[in-house]
Amino acid sequence: MRCDRKIALVGNPNSGKSTLFNILTGLNQKIGNFPGVTVDKKVGHCTLLDDSRIRVIDLPGTYSLYPKSKDERIVMETLIDKKNTTHPDVIIFVADASNLRRNLLLYTQVADLKIPVIIALNMMDLASKSGIEIAIDALSNKLGVQVIPISARNSEGIDQLKQAIQYTSEIPVQVDTIQVSELAPGLVERIAEEMHINGPYIALQLVHQYDRLSFLSTTDRSRIGAIAQAFSFHSQKVQAAEIIARYNFINDVLFDTLKLKEGAKRETVSNRIDAILTHKVFGFVIFFAVLFLVFQSIFSWSAFPMDLIKELFIWLGNVGHQLLPVGVLTNLLIDGVLAGLSGVLVFVPQIAILFVFISILEDTGYMSRVTFMMDKIMRKVGLNGKSVVPLIGGFACAVPSIMSTRNIENWKDRMITIMVTPLVSCSARLPVYTLLISLAVPNQRVLGFINMQGLVLMAMYVLSMVSALLVAWLMKQMVRSRERGYFIMELPVYRMPRWNNVLLTMYQKVKAFVFEAGKVIVAVSIVLWVLASYGPADSQERAERVYESSTYTEKYTPQEIERLKASAKLEYSYAGILGRAIEPVIKPLGFDWKIGIALITSFAAREVFVGTMAVIYSVDADEANTESVQQKMRSAKNPDTGLPVFTTAVAFSLMIFYAFAMQCMSTLAVVYRETKSWRWPAIQFGYMTVMAYFASLFVYFCLNRIG
Amino acid sequence: MKLSQLEPGQSGIIKEFTDLAMSVKLMEMGCLPGEPIHVERVAPFGDPMAITVSGYQLSLRKLEASTIILR
Repeated sequence: MRCDRKIALVGNPNSGKSTLFNILTGLNQKIGNFPGVTVDKKVGHCTLLDDSRIRVIDLPGTYSLYPKSKDERIVMETLIDKKNTTHPDVIIFVADASNLRRNLLLYTQVADLKIPVIIALNMMDLASKSGIEIAIDALSNKLGVQVIPISARNSEGIDQLKQAIQYTSEIPVQVDTIQVSELAPGLVERIAEEMHINGPYIALQLVHQYDRLSFLSTTDRSRIGAIAQAFSFHSQKVQAAEIIARYNFINDVLFDTLKLKEGAKRETVSNRIDAILTHKVFGFVIFFAVLFLVFQSIFSWSAFPMDLIKELFIWLGNVGHQLLPVGVLTNLLIDGVLAGLSGVLVFVPQIAILFVFISILEDTGYMSRVTFMMDKIMRKVGLNGKSVVPLIGGFACAVPSIMSTRNIENWKDRMITIMVTPLVSCSARLPVYTLLISLAVPNQRVLGFINMQGLVLMAMYVLSMVSALLVAWLMKQMVRSRERGYFIMELPVYRMPRWNNVLLTMYQKVKAFVFEAGKVIVAVSIVLWVLASYGPADSQERAERVYESSTYTEKYTPQEIERLKASAKLEYSYAGILGRAIEPVIKPLGFDWKIGIALITSFAAREVFVGTMAVIYSVDADEANTESVQQKMRSAKNPDTGLPVFTTAVAFSLMIFYAFAMQCMSTLAVVYRETKSWRWPAIQFGYMTVMAYFASLFVYFCLNRIG
Repeated sequence: MKLSQLEPGQSGIIKEFTDLAMSVKLMEMGCLPGEPIHVERVAPFGDPMAITVSGYQLSLRKLEASTIILR
């Protein structure tokens, strides 16, 4: 069987590349990484009309082959290096028909690499609405390639595009766009000869970018460098000349193929919306209203499905205990595995809702307006308008957000964004907050419609944002750099969100959470159950036996003795020993050794807190598994004093600790991967832990004074 | 006259650039000599600005806009 042909989607950001990718591949797609770098590599399969299969690769969007960021560098490396595993056999160039001139700049660069190419002319509907007429056949003749008009949003022209892929020849047929060798006379030929390259533009790209191309050997680099120096090659001057030459070619091509109807202006609607959405006053009012809506929705809409999931697991636990034989395996299954599973699945509604909102905000074009509005304030605190998206993304999860900082070209801005993003309240903290808020804050309404619990939750989110900005400002004073940052950014026209994309994003994020975080959570739950159930040698039994002596049996009822035994068993388990060990350190924060156990396990991932609580208190509770974690925690009493463990002061102190502490192994791993050194994750871990400790100490002290 | 000196609603035509590195990025985004530019609005805190160039909207900082000399 012959190998599937490799098709790469190339195009500008906002050209509809991802929508086309989703239509072509549907759910047959995988998100992985490009080797060596952490850029998302989206690969999928697609069946053509003749039942042949192709492999589709969605390359990151870029405006030119001269990269400004890591993501954009991938495009160039994939297309120039013929040995690259993702080097395509055919390129589908996705062009925004309503913005054809700028889109064609990248096309002319790609075409000159001499890989077979098809143009998918996207957003034809939008273009004709705004009075742009494109003579498609003439355009196709002039460029020497197939031009297929499509509308990815409405799934129009997809069959024609598939047909075009079928019929595409294996040799490139596009016309040359510019005289490449004239840009650097002699040099291009010399490099082509030296490196055995046929294709002057690949040779020219090598001279421009040899010191950044990972596939070149050190000797090749120094060879190219020496030749470039001999020709006194000035990269930026030649780039400028190339861009002007390319636009001259494009103007020639479009001169009689693109017509603009008189008086047509598509910007007006978008402009009117912008006048309000980026307004000095309304802009911010709307921005905060949007955030408010998002967090209220996460809290109220998810309540019902979350209750359902919780009830289901309580029921499953009860049924399990009844049906399965009594024993260690049953306990492991129900108190370890099932408790862990419910701890994962219960957050699915919240994560789904959050990602629906985030992808709607991105899809409509509102996110880039937020960037536009916030750039100046962000720069004051040492960040960048582009840091807003990772920071807001941090509300979902720091891991993908830290990866998304790759769009920030400036090193210092990027480092600071990476350092403070984990302070932003991620979705893993949400269950911790939800649980603690439900313990400490009454479920009442203020002014008839504002939910008190929702309000406290929002305050936690605002606090996280404020602390992130504050730390960023401090770091701005400490980190030194002379590199300059660019902020040249397209403001896409407002559009209706593509619901398919929104749902697909939601599905992918939920799936990633359940499988990635879920693995850790279930594993940690099992380890925890073992730690909480077993102890060194027979210290547990000895502890139990103490309560069998007559001094206790005379004083207490059998039930009370059972509870004391269980508690003693936990105390002398491995988990209890660990918790006890750190108790002196965390006592000033109001935490006992049981919370200490949760803090230790939470360093794997924050959401483990809830699972830990479930396991610890199901060991402790009178009747196992009949109550939800909340009820178990509320009824938890300090065995020495008989007072409730979770007072308001303890609950808030814990929340503050979780707000600031670096309790996520995955984030630390990602920071290491992104910064290529252990220094940054170490600094991050250190400063966040210290900050969490003292903030909790302060909150506990103050709240205890008040009441 | 520099682009950064224009008020919202005003227009101009690009003549040249004062910064080579910046000019490459700007030209890639369609800001070419001879191209008309219209200032749409300025962000609430006075920076960055949004301009219309070659049929679409672009946002750039005042500092970046000051490298564009208008005719």
